[in-house]
Formats: sequence, structure tokens, C-alpha cells
Amino acid sequence: MRLVRVIDWILAHRVGVTRACGLLLGVLVVLDALPGVVDKEHAHTAVEKLPGFWAVFGFLGCIVLILASKAFGHAGIMKREDYYDE
Amino acid sequence: MSEFWLHPSLLLLAGAALLPLVPRPAKKAWLLIVPMLVFARTTMLEPGNHGAVRFLDWTLVFGRVDGLSQVFGYIMALMCGVGTLYGLHVRDDSEHIAAWTYVAGSLGAIYAGDYLTLFLFWELMALSSVFLVWFRRRAGSNAVGLRYFLVHMAGGVSLLAGIVLLGQATGGDLSFVRLDVEHPTPAAWLILGGFLLNAAVPPLHAWLPEAYGEATPNGSVFLCAFTTKTAVYALCRGFAGMEILVPLGVAMALYGVVYAVLENDCRRLLAYHIISQVGYMVAGVGIGTQLAINGACAHAFAHILYKGLLFMGCGAVLHMTGRSKFSELGGLYRKMPWTFLFTLVGGLSISAFPLFSGFVSKSMIVAAGFEEHRLGVGYLLMLASVGTFLHTGLKVPYFIWFGEKRCSDETWQRASEPPWNMGAAMAVASVLCIYIGCRPGWLYGMLPNPVEYHPYTSYHVSETLLVLLFTAVGFFLLIKKLAPEATISVDLDWFYRKGGRLFLRAVKGPLQALDDVVGRFYRAGGLGSVRGTARGVAWFDGRVIDAMVDGVGGVVRGLGGWLRGLQRGSVQESLLLALGAGALVLLGFVLLR
Repeated sequence: MRLVRVIDWILAHRVGVTRACGLLLGVLVVLDALPGVVDKEHAHTAVEKLPGFWAVFGFLGCIVLILASKAFGHAGIMKREDYYDE
Repeated sequence: MSEFWLHPSLLLLAGAALLPLVPRPAKKAWLLIVPMLVFARTTMLEPGNHGAVRFLDWTLVFGRVDGLSQVFGYIMALMCGVGTLYGLHVRDDSEHIAAWTYVAGSLGAIYAGDYLTLFLFWELMALSSVFLVWFRRRAGSNAVGLRYFLVHMAGGVSLLAGIVLLGQATGGDLSFVRLDVEHPTPAAWLILGGFLLNAAVPPLHAWLPEAYGEATPNGSVFLCAFTTKTAVYALCRGFAGMEILVPLGVAMALYGVVYAVLENDCRRLLAYHIISQVGYMVAGVGIGTQLAINGACAHAFAHILYKGLLFMGCGAVLHMTGRSKFSELGGLYRKMPWTFLFTLVGGLSISAFPLFSGFVSKSMIVAAGFEEHRLGVGYLLMLASVGTFLHTGLKVPYFIWFGEKRCSDETWQRASEPPWNMGAAMAVASVLCIYIGCRPGWLYGMLPNPVEYHPYTSYHVSETLLVLLFTAVGFFLLIKKLAPEATISVDLDWFYRKGGRLFLRAVKGPLQALDDVVGRFYRAGGLGSVRGTARGVAWFDGRVIDAMVDGVGGVVRGLGGWLRGLQRGSVQESLLLALGAGALVLLGFVLLR
């Protein structure tokens, strides 16, 4: 099946694809910082006008959500699967 | 009394009632045609109030058609068709009857013009949807269904109590219009309680992940669309601009995200994300501006499609492999590549990627928050978006179709693409998700308020791409932390699941002991007169009462024997048929008389 072959190709070229994605991210951050490309008139607050603000927000937000949720879960929320069984 | 008005729910209930009579070869055609007729009927409705019926002292309005009810009616009827297509292979008529009766309840609630009619259909939804949980027929399904049912009955009682108080305060005027949200009366609070329970607003939410994780694969596709979004509609109608809904909505959006990190069952994870997404809508209703209400409606519309699609994808995996836990799946992309692709479209839509449906709907609510200078609301909702992409866009596809292969040999052997109808339903939902994302005008044209909103500005696209793509970077950095753990998470259902047992233990222990002590005193001081009276009563009981009871017993046994001959399947099926027939007769009687 063609779809499987596409996925297999991506997985086989994992290193190259990762590098390309990294490059793309860099380009997006730079484009975001160029006033001629991204018009920051629509920004709601001053801090959003800092270059790469939303990139940092996404990255840190993700890290904080994972670490905080897992800490919350391991503080007694996550139980064995048979916890409610008689 | 107005002229006869063909209610879409009546059409659907009639279709459900006739389904068992349709011969097997024509069954699939019937399953496709009835939802199409219902959808066609909803698109043809004329604005205005229809189907008004005098009932005792009230005027019941079955058909209030306006901008708000139309956008919800349209998407509910559309989803009914997509969901039925997905479940076309299900040979058990009762599952289709339950699903259609449930949708009829939702459509009835949406077009209801007064609180009594709303309540009638509201309860019909709860009554019929519980069967979608029971029909899973696992060891725990009955208990889960019963808990779901009891919780919804409690919500229904709150709603009814509110309606009674409202009727008393207004002198009998029960029109379903916006209540005074600046100075809410006890009636308003009680009605709000009923709505919030159905919208799964914490702390009234624990029924949702439990039931939606337990229901049949087909049942969850229906469940995820109707109950919560009908509640969002009711909130839009009755409580637009109520301040308390804003913090509740934001808290919900984050609550669902946190629990989704901990969840090991893919369908329960998706269920927690319903809570999160409905949080956006509830916050939108609370902000209450034209843009925010439009956003809540648009997001409900988009949400029904992409969440249905996600439940279809995970339901297909469950249907084919019998597994829904991340710790028992993994690496399935070679076996189910198309299911992966469709689920990914759902994941990108819920995450609000540009060109997918969530992008044009979710951002309206966030923008409304920022426009009203509620910066905290805006940023916290953006943080919830991060969590949404983290789980539904990345964790679900990765741990089912990629990553380490954790499935048993048997699961691996069983895994393959689902039946054609499941694939077709997923394809239809995917196309709609992408269409809405690329041509938002179609959706915006249906919204209740005029739209002056443009999602595709360079800033909005750039902002979204950066947030989401850098979330992906964080995901791949911490992927080991997210590895599936075979656990369950304790939620607020703990209070009634463990609390109920504590109550039982308290009754068994101390109360039983107290009873014993009282009994002993009683026996020690046993009075002769009591015994004498007892002897007399025993004589009367033996001679007179027993003879009567025996006679009645004989009649009941005869009746029972006759009824046993009528009963064909399990009790639940008979119950459902009786319920569906009752609803049809009632609605038919009221509308046709």
C-alpha cells in the first residue's frame, strides 16, 4: 500500500527528516520576527511582539504540562487498574 | 393550536420504531435513508415558532426555529447520518434504535421553545443513551451504565426543580429564553446545575470519561457528540454572559488536559479532551459577546465532527483488535494506515492547525477573550491548546500506530483496516473537517450573529504554527516520560464509587450493631401483651390475608406466564423497545391530536 510505503520512507530517513523539520522551525521563527512578513498589528499584548514568543510559550507550556501532570498523577491519583474492584 | 408541523425527532423516532420490521436485505438502506430524511427536514425548517400545543395550563412549543437552534439542529442531524454510517455493520437493531432515540432527544431539546418540552427531551436523551453503554455487555458495563444513569437522573431532578420554581415565580410562563444572569434566582441556579452536569463541568464531570470509555465503539461516536453539545446549546440560550461560566470554562479546559496526560485508555483520553474542548465553549458562553457566542457555536459544530472522527478512529482500533489501552497497542501503522491518517486529521483539527476545522472555530473564542481584555483567559486557553495538540495530535497517533510494539501476538494478528462503512464514515468526517478549515465561510454563514472575523491573518497563522510545532519539540524530548503506564486515575467519581461502599460499611458495622443492641433490649423486656397480640394477628394473617394473597398470586402468575411468552430478548432490549415506543406514542399524540 502506498501510504505504508510513504510512512516507511519517512521512518527510514528519520535523521534527515528530523533535521529538515528543525530547519523549518528555525525558518518559521525568523519569518515570525520579520515585520514585513508577519504583521503584529493583531497582537493582543506587548509581550507577544518579542521575537519567538509563541515558540517559547508552546515549548515551555508542553514541558510544564507534562511534568506537572505527571507529578500530580504520581502523588496518589494514578492507581492500579483493579483499584475499584471488590 | 397550530397546524401540524413535522418534527425531525418524530421522523427519527418513527424510523427507529419501524427498524425491526424492515426485512434484513433492506435494513442498511433504511439505516442510510432515515438520517438523510431527518437531515433534509432540518435544512427545510422555516424560522418561527411551530408545533405549539396546549397542555394543561401551559403552551408547549416543540419547534422554535431560529439562528441558534438551526446551527445546532443542522450539525446534530448531520452527525446522526455520519454516526449511523459508521455503525452500519452492527446487526443488533436495538443499538441503532437506542442511538436514534438519543439523537431524537437531542434534536427535540434543541428545537424546544419552553422549559417543559426541553425537560421531556432532556430525559429522553439520558434514558436512551445509557443503553449505548449497556450494549457493550462486558462484566463492568452494567455498573458503569447504572452510575451514568443515576448521575443524569440527579441532574434531571435539579433541572425539573428549577423549572418548577421558575414557573411559580413567573406565574406559569416557562418559555425557554435567557434568564436573568446578573441576579440569578434559586430557580436559575438549579436549571444551571442541570445544564452544567450535562456539559460535564467539574465537579459534575466524572460520569463522562467513565461512560464514554465503556460504551460500544459505535455508541461512543454518538455519545461524544450529543449530550455535551446539547448542553452547550442550552447554556447559549439560557445563560449567555453569565460571569461564573468564564472561570469554570477555563478550569475545565485545563482539567481535561491534565487528566489526559495520565490516561492509558485512548477513548478515555479523548473523553477528557471533550471536557477540555467544552471548556472553551462554556467560557465563550460566559464571555457572552456576539463574537464569543458565535465562537461557542462554531466550535461546537467543528467539535462534533472532529471528536466524532477521533472516536471513530479509536473505535475502529477497538473494534478490530479488541484493545483500547496504549499499553496494549503500538506500531499498528502497517496494519491500519488509513485509520491512522483519518485519526490524524481529527487530531490536527482539534489542535486547531491551519487548514483544519478547529483553527477557524477555537480561535474565535480565544480572540473574544483577548478582545474583552481578559488576558488570563486568553493565555490559559492557549495553554490548553498546547495540551490538546500534545495528546490528541501527538500522543494518540504515536502510541497506537508508532512507538514500541506493545501488543500481544493475538492483537497484532487481529489488527487490520475496519469494514468499509467505518472507513467511509471516517472519510466523510475528515473531508468535512478539512472543508471547514479551508472554507470557513460555509460555517460562518450559519452562525446566529453576523461574523466579522478573519482567521487567516499572517499573525494568527504564524502564532498557531509556532505554538503547536514547538509543542511537538517538547513532546519528542519528553517522550519517555509519556510512555504508557497501566494505571487508572482517580477522579471525582471516587466519592460515589468508594463513598458508596463506605456508606454500606457504616450501615453494616455500627448501625447493625446498634440495631442488635436495641433488639436485645426489646427481647429482654418482651411483653406478654405484645406476644398475645401477635398471636391474634398471626391467626388473622394465616386465615384471612394468606387466602387473599394466594388468590392475587395465582392471577399474577398467570399474567406472568402470558407475558413470558411475549418477551423475546434480554430485559434491556425489551426496556429499550418499550421506551422508544412510549416516546413515539407520546410525541405523536401531542403533535397530531
